[in-house]
Amino acid sequence: MADRAFKITPLIRAGFGAVLLLLALIIVPLAALLWRAETPAALGAADWAAVRFTLLQATLSAGISVGLAVPVARALARRQFVGRGLLITLLGAPFILPVIVAVLGLLAVFGRSGILSTILGWVGLPPVHIYGLHGVVLAHVFFNLPLATRLILQGWLAIPAERFRLAASLGFGPRDVARVLEYPMLRSTLPGAFMVIFLICMTSFAVVLALGGGPKSTTVELAIYQAFRFDFDLGRAALLAGLQFTMGAIAADVMLRVSVRSMMGGGLDRTVERWDATAGWRDALLLGAVALFLIVPLGMILMDGLPYVFSLPASVYQAAGRSLGVALVSMVISTGLALLLALLVVRLRRGAVLVESIGYITLAASPLVIGAGLFIVLFPLTDPVALALPVTALVNAVMSLPFALRTLVPAVREVENTYGRLADSLAMSGWVRMRLVMWPRLRRPLGFSAGLAAALSMGDLGVIALFSDPNGATLPLQMYRLMAAYRMDQAAGAAVLLLGMSLLLFWVFDRGGRADADV
Amino acid sequence: MKTSIFAAGFCVIASMATAETPVLTVYTYDSFVSDWGPGPAVEKAFEATCGCDLQFVGTGDGAALLARIRLEGARTKADVVLGLDTNLTATAAETGLFAPSGISAKYDLPIAWDDATFVPYDWGYFAFVYDKTKLATPPADFKELAASDLKIVIQDPRSSTPGLGLLLWVKDAYGDQAPMIWEGLSDNIVTVTKGWSEAYGMFLEGEADMVLSYTTSPAYHLIAEQDDTKAAAPFAEGHYMQIEVAAKLAGTGQPELAEKFLQFMVSDEFQSIIPTTNWMYPAITPAEGLPDGFETLITPAKSLLVPAGQADALRDAALAEWLTALSK
Repeated sequence: MADRAFKITPLIRAGFGAVLLLLALIIVPLAALLWRAETPAALGAADWAAVRFTLLQATLSAGISVGLAVPVARALARRQFVGRGLLITLLGAPFILPVIVAVLGLLAVFGRSGILSTILGWVGLPPVHIYGLHGVVLAHVFFNLPLATRLILQGWLAIPAERFRLAASLGFGPRDVARVLEYPMLRSTLPGAFMVIFLICMTSFAVVLALGGGPKSTTVELAIYQAFRFDFDLGRAALLAGLQFTMGAIAADVMLRVSVRSMMGGGLDRTVERWDATAGWRDALLLGAVALFLIVPLGMILMDGLPYVFSLPASVYQAAGRSLGVALVSMVISTGLALLLALLVVRLRRGAVLVESIGYITLAASPLVIGAGLFIVLFPLTDPVALALPVTALVNAVMSLPFALRTLVPAVREVENTYGRLADSLAMSGWVRMRLVMWPRLRRPLGFSAGLAAALSMGDLGVIALFSDPNGATLPLQMYRLMAAYRMDQAAGAAVLLLGMSLLLFWVFDRGGRADADV
Repeated sequence: MKTSIFAAGFCVIASMATAETPVLTVYTYDSFVSDWGPGPAVEKAFEATCGCDLQFVGTGDGAALLARIRLEGARTKADVVLGLDTNLTATAAETGLFAPSGISAKYDLPIAWDDATFVPYDWGYFAFVYDKTKLATPPADFKELAASDLKIVIQDPRSSTPGLGLLLWVKDAYGDQAPMIWEGLSDNIVTVTKGWSEAYGMFLEGEADMVLSYTTSPAYHLIAEQDDTKAAAPFAEGHYMQIEVAAKLAGTGQPELAEKFLQFMVSDEFQSIIPTTNWMYPAITPAEGLPDGFETLITPAKSLLVPAGQADALRDAALAEWLTALSK
């Protein structure tokens, strides 16, 4: 590929446009905040303590999530069983839950009066003490293990069936398959999965505070919140947000350099049949444990909310409709941006890592800072409240971009490596190349990214809280309002509605992408 | 260029709307404007008499509301800001964005009110709420709570209004001894949450024996859910107050309408909406009295409140003590 000429096509130009848009969304809010700051910005000792804690918990959370996800993804990749599809879809659930709902679901299992403590009580043991660093990590693993599994599973599914067939005919055992086929794939998949989860955990705040047990679990995001809302120190908020971006950028850069591209070669896109999978009980045990870990808290959320789902006030359903609209728009923007960036990254000879990093560090953005910054910029021009929903859709799209990138970049690279020369020699370009070469092979990752973007946007409160319009609430905001009005039961119902809609959206697109890819 | 055309078009449409009926824009916190808050009823009642269009804009909570006004500065669209509390009024007054209200009324507050700018519309006491069926004798003060092995959930003062209230409550009651109280409480605190909803939700799920909320919280359960198991524990030190206020912006284009709204705010009609929507005490008790059920609530022996001018200085010192005591 490297010897092919680099041509500036309209797609490449659009890719550069996407990069500029992202840079603007990162830089403009920070600059706006610094510009409006009333006092010179400085960081204190407490801020550095927050940085240390943030790095510690994010590293632990990402490490454990990814470490556990490898065997889970392998088990899912090499086993066929009833309910496998359902399990894979359910893997999307924890990740899209509003934080507060997930925390209550986890506490129903691991809390002081949760199921686990109750069972321990029967045998005379003290209740589980979930609050502390381990609680934070547990919650982050609950959120991110499924995501890590899905990201790594994508890698497994991208290994062409022909490799496994060849491996089988050469008499490879599981160990040989691992060495020759799976390790190289993991070398290229794991760093990215680790980084994405590291970035998510880095900006986590409400869950860290709730399960961390007190102010010793202060993250940078909480420090930003304090600077903005308690001290109204915009300069410090901007500095902290800048620091968070820097940490994110370093993480993204290191990971992208560490990750080694796998060279799998082409296949005929057939279904994978595995001859090397022995010792089925071990996979079954593992999958069972993971399913239990994920499904019991989800079940508690369902049990709490299900009785109220059908008796919610009309305004909650209206909010649900609004959220659906935001989610779909956000999905289109996110998938479009990701595809443009992926095509650009694969074509670029220099600066590919930089461009890809820019796509990722949006995850290190503080929604509060983006919201406040955009507010400062938009306010002199127009009524920011009137733009609440479009801004929410855009910011949500950018926030879910890294997941789409994580899935699309390797896929596009694979297609270009495998079919690029052939397509070039056939002088296929532009639309024809997209339709005949890319589309059939990108359907699966595109469907997954689109589903994830839509589902994430459904559940994300993001910037809407700063711009909210009383008559334009989204479903998550409406759920928080129910809670603030003591209506915890109805809020639980709204949470179930939110979960159901997000999962359905995810399933529809993910399924759409896989529709005939397996045939 | 396109943006400025867009902005110009926007302004034309906005001014056309003004020409028809005057619009009064009131910024408030989010839970006030929600379907379950006082907003919808207040809007209906005021619009019936004012010949105007009352538009609420909701944003976060009280502190976020002030941050928003400060972000917008003198160009703000707001005519009235409703939902600041006494911990914020000094900072709000310093911005110079607010004008004297011109309102005087006979308030039913536990303390005398003589602020010329900020008009109170409701108030309440912070308190630890518990379940009577699970806890027979609640602690009678902070020291007893600290000595007990009861578990409590509180909110972070950096991100939550009740959390800040508790910080000032302990500081006001104990002064220099406040760090000792916090150290004593540290093993009782299950966790500290971002906001009230998380903490209250965790309490209802049984994660803690008590939760920091308001003395009026049991009224919600009693009136809306016919559940009389929740109660607030009276503390001998007295209870810290939260007084919620509204004020007129100095730069409002609708000064008369804004004043009319503030006048309406202290009227019987507005005040009688408050108890069962905001679940706070109205600033002026309505003629027909408080709703049935409010008489069951505890009445603290002593009302605590740091004067508005001192709250700002005190809270920074108190926060530093709190962080030190709970980070050990």
